[in-house]
Amino acid sequence: MGREEKSMNITSVEEAQKDTSYYKALTALLYQLADDDFIIAYRGSEWLGLAPHIEEDVAFSSINQDTMGHAAMYYQLLEDLGEGDMDALAHARKATERVNAVLLEKVNGSGTYLTEPKYDWAYTVVRHYFYTQSKKIKVESLKNSSYEPLKHVAVKVNMELYYHLLHWRTWFKQLCSANGDAKSRMKAAIDKVLEEFDGVLALGPSGDAITQYRLIEKESELRKRFVAEMASMFEKLNMVFPESMGMKSGNGRKGEHTKDLDDALLTLSEVYRSNPAAVW
Amino acid sequence: MQEETKIIKVREALHLVKDPEIDSVSVVDLGMVEVVELSDEGVIIKMLPTFMGCPALEIIKKNVENEIASLALFKRVEVLFIYQPPWTSDRITAKGREHLKEFGIAPPPILDDAGEWHVDCPYCGSTYTTIDNIFGPTACRSILYCKGCKNPFEAMKPVSTMM
Repeated sequence: MGREEKSMNITSVEEAQKDTSYYKALTALLYQLADDDFIIAYRGSEWLGLAPHIEEDVAFSSINQDTMGHAAMYYQLLEDLGEGDMDALAHARKATERVNAVLLEKVNGSGTYLTEPKYDWAYTVVRHYFYTQSKKIKVESLKNSSYEPLKHVAVKVNMELYYHLLHWRTWFKQLCSANGDAKSRMKAAIDKVLEEFDGVLALGPSGDAITQYRLIEKESELRKRFVAEMASMFEKLNMVFPESMGMKSGNGRKGEHTKDLDDALLTLSEVYRSNPAAVW
Repeated sequence: MQEETKIIKVREALHLVKDPEIDSVSVVDLGMVEVVELSDEGVIIKMLPTFMGCPALEIIKKNVENEIASLALFKRVEVLFIYQPPWTSDRITAKGREHLKEFGIAPPPILDDAGEWHVDCPYCGSTYTTIDNIFGPTACRSILYCKGCKNPFEAMKPVSTMM
């Protein structure tokens, strides 16, 4: 990597568009960031009215609203770069075009929010806590991104993320320190989440270009930080963080997805498809 | 009309645009207006969004456009949201903080050196308060309870780049 790339700073859309390979790496990363937040915010929103208690309902829906706002900012950056209308990017892309991590698309549990939702709160707490922690690490790194508009978005996201992380950390600590049912369910949830967590940390097929252009730091570096955070939290709870992670149901960064995503897209794009010109 | 006079008129008009969910506080006092500049055909107003997922942002944008258009000074009124500098809760003006209280919302607390914060009751001023929920009915608020006057109340969340 040349000295020039180390200090590169791309300040405008026009500048980003000039270099085809930079543009490709930048948009690849933005789609990951946007699609991740979009689908996890959707899964979170399915809990509305079903959360364990009313204050949690208020908090969780606020977090989902913020997270959808983060997705909107990333889609906006893509729209600015010429990738198309942001509402279409969010609603009209097929599952195979999406690059969110598979973990984030998975259902909350059996049933739907309309009919006998048997959602798993332990799974939700672990998935959201782990995701939010990894997002925090990515966003901190994005604050030094070579693409200036992305840097600004990262500063904005980071301020809201502070509260999200505080929230999920609290739930995680409390449920892991509780006795009886909670502890065993949390343990099962941790295993289930980690089976897919490689997919969240992955930067995908364009990963090398993404880091070469200094859009974000290396996947291995981000992973190291994530593992360190987790290890210290687990230690506080007298638990051991099982470092092995997987991508059991496929690599979302390559467009591999589960039926859960197809079903989610069908539901969440229903209004959009009925009238794409509707104002949101 | 002189360019400077036009900008003053725009700034005055912006004071009339209130937060749709807190109708005692203007977008200027919320610290959302960053730049007012004249363009070839009209005026560009650059604003800072508070919380990105806030559904009021689009309404605010529309209300600003309408208010400035009603001045009948410009062919074109453009309202843009920008992220740099980021909106932080210390941008709310002293007047804005007073008007928030009138609405029953405690102004955002100022963080101390250790990053800790405390909120007094906007009704009775008591300092004997507890936080019920960091999150509230809108993205920018928390829910608290005053043990002095036994009222639940809301507070604007502190938002800072130090977090």
